[in-house]
Amino acid sequence: MSKQIIEVSALHKRYGKQVAVEDVSFTVDQGEIFGIVGPNGAGKTTTVECIEGLRKPDGGFVRVLGLDPERDGAELRQRVGAQLQESELPDKLKVWEALDLYASFYPRPAEWGRLLESLGLADKRNTRFGKLSGGQKQRLSIALALVGNPEVAILDELTTGLDPHARRETWDLIEGIRERGVTVVLVTHFMEEAERLCDRIAVVDSGRVIAIDTPAGLVSRVQSEQRIRFHVSAPLDESLLTALPEVRQLSRNGSQIVVTGTGNLVNAVITVLARHEIVAGDLRVEQASLDDAFVALTGRDLDRTIMSTRSA
Amino acid sequence: MNGFAKLTWNETKLLWREPPTVFFSLVFPSILLVALGSIPGFREPSQVIGGLRAIDVYVPILIAFAMTMLAFQALPTSLAVYREKGILRRMAVTPVGPTRVLQAQMLTSLLMALGAIAALVIAGRVAFAVPLPKQLFAFALAIVLCSAALFAIGLTIAALAPSGRAANAIGTLLFFPMMFFAGLWIPRAAMPANLREISDYMPLGAGVQALQDATAGAWPHPLQLVVLAAYIVVFGIIASKVFRWQ
Repeated sequence: MSKQIIEVSALHKRYGKQVAVEDVSFTVDQGEIFGIVGPNGAGKTTTVECIEGLRKPDGGFVRVLGLDPERDGAELRQRVGAQLQESELPDKLKVWEALDLYASFYPRPAEWGRLLESLGLADKRNTRFGKLSGGQKQRLSIALALVGNPEVAILDELTTGLDPHARRETWDLIEGIRERGVTVVLVTHFMEEAERLCDRIAVVDSGRVIAIDTPAGLVSRVQSEQRIRFHVSAPLDESLLTALPEVRQLSRNGSQIVVTGTGNLVNAVITVLARHEIVAGDLRVEQASLDDAFVALTGRDLDRTIMSTRSA
Repeated sequence: MNGFAKLTWNETKLLWREPPTVFFSLVFPSILLVALGSIPGFREPSQVIGGLRAIDVYVPILIAFAMTMLAFQALPTSLAVYREKGILRRMAVTPVGPTRVLQAQMLTSLLMALGAIAALVIAGRVAFAVPLPKQLFAFALAIVLCSAALFAIGLTIAALAPSGRAANAIGTLLFFPMMFFAGLWIPRAAMPANLREISDYMPLGAGVQALQDATAGAWPHPLQLVVLAAYIVVFGIIASKVFRWQ
């Protein structure tokens, strides 16, 4: 049913003696949002640059829409839209001029006026690039990646440097792109972004793919504990809960009870409480996140700032 | 409009949004010509420069000034900034490609240079009765060769400069000796023999002499054509070997 749009197999790329990509293989299906996630320097950008035809691989096999980026670059560039990391426009170029210019490069361009509107840039039409905010520049670069009506959009670190509000807006936008049937490859080091947007994720570390799965699939690989917190409506005999095989530990935090354990913890605890006619109030479940999965897979934190805001 | 035409049009608009560049390459040479022409001595024939009037020899010198301004300052700075900001890399993932940006910028600079040349020739003719070029085809050839040589050097500057700022500094540094040998301070005919001999082998020395000969109705000396062609080939090769798109 699903058609493979991108195929990367045993990709290898080095810069001088330094290996940027050791061995990367994955496929991307039509219409999905495929995430490439990993720490800085993992080889994510080099991998997508080989897909875009910006770099020549030293080994392996890359096909995009059945095309070889090296040999069929001209056709590839008509059908693939790219947003590059740290790529700008001339400061004095106006927003509409940039879109009009890039539209003229493609055989069947999108109607850029509508694109401008859907990206919330309609009132910035006549603003020069240098006068745009970081979020507006980022949205314009997404617009430029889409103005050629591409079948595949490759977006590299598209929300880096954006404030949380702009980041969330950008995420809505990417979901909108998928709805148009465009296949999206998203490079990111924000786990929250990958978790929210991607159908499947390739976790890349030190130039190798260490896992490919859905966000939920990656999380479930982690034998991480769950933690539930609640208040009880009546006095509770702690041994009722600690006797459960799922429960590893129980502690009290003031009037709040904190239970950690594994397996179907929530169900087990609630069932016992219900049997004793105790209601668990303010029940909160803290589950393993993609961050935890990443730490488990690579042995290190991907993004400490995200970690700390999430666990707070 | 197709991609390249639109690219050139956009680059033209961007060039017009840099008032200092427009002023120094398009307007300033003509102002300088009028200022020099207002000195009575410049309107008298002089034996030092072979019986010509100083104002006559300054038209080709100021044409060289305008072309050098564009080729050594505007073009390399803009290209180095484009590389610095990832604009050339971004163009490399479009069907048009980064080479087109380079071509569009050269075309834009050439059109601006032609505007400056027309302004100088007309101002010279109207204000000081400087004769129009008698050998038009040779004049056009001299302009094409001279601007190609200057662009080749300008592209080499853009290729070697690590940043836009550096490109601007290198261009400025080279501008003055180039203009010296073009005769901006001492016209070639008034130079001591050894200086003039060096000037013969400089791109602007050869270029200015070729323009002057064409104005007088003569075909450029083969030496000048060979010198200009050599600069085009040598710097064209260097630029194409060292130029980095990112």
